[in-house]
Amino acid sequence: MSAVSAVRLEKGSTSTVEAPAKEKETREAEELDVPWQVIVHNDPVNLMTYVTMVFQRVFGYPREKAERHMLEVHQKGRSILWSGVRERAEFYVQQLHGHLLLATLEKIS
Amino acid sequence: MEICRNGDALQISELDPFLAELLRQIPLSTNPEGAPAAEERLFSKPSAEKEICAEWKSYVEPELQRIFRSATETVADDLAQLNGNEKSLGNRVLRIPVEHADAWLNTLNQARLVIATKYEFSDEELNDHDRSPIGSRRDLGLFQVNFYGFLQEFILREISG
Repeated sequence: MSAVSAVRLEKGSTSTVEAPAKEKETREAEELDVPWQVIVHNDPVNLMTYVTMVFQRVFGYPREKAERHMLEVHQKGRSILWSGVRERAEFYVQQLHGHLLLATLEKIS
Repeated sequence: MEICRNGDALQISELDPFLAELLRQIPLSTNPEGAPAAEERLFSKPSAEKEICAEWKSYVEPELQRIFRSATETVADDLAQLNGNEKSLGNRVLRIPVEHADAWLNTLNQARLVIATKYEFSDEELNDHDRSPIGSRRDLGLFQVNFYGFLQEFILREISG
């Protein structure tokens, strides 16, 4: 069980003393639980082969999947490479910036 | 100029003074000083949220700077092989160990991005590979971007087998 779901279960407990702290903790946990997206944006300078290699390295995607995302970036201007928890999304964006790709993280609304 | 793989190294040989100078210019070309747009491109914003950008500037950018600097230093060290008498350049071989390939890819990318941002090249210009490098400083910049791209393509092909 994750820490987030553990907090949610405790919210329904009868303890009135701890309730405000738990409420706050739950709100923070739920905020952390909101999924984030890693988006790569088109850049006319980066080579297509280079972008494909970076996707393979950073996300461990097979070549075909990496190429599909690269082409989506090239043709549509952006591609969602990954979605999940914020900390991991930040890690991926940092890796992509380290390879000089235009990448952002966005909260899924 | 000839470029090939030789065992655990990539080799560039039969260099003329012009291309040798373009190679020597790689580390210098990564410097975005005086071009805020180029600096913004190297250290692009990670999010539309101000709080994330502020944290990024404090904690992530210094690490990115370290990565870029380290890659550029590796390339500069390799390029020291080109120092010396210009007349003997034709017989000189620039040997790039395969384990330096990532540093070269990174540094070439820094240089291409900085030059392209400084001159604000359009997509059309970036795809015009036949333009003469002699016309102007801007044309030379475009030639540099394409030449460095050619080197990146070669390195990528060799390291991805």
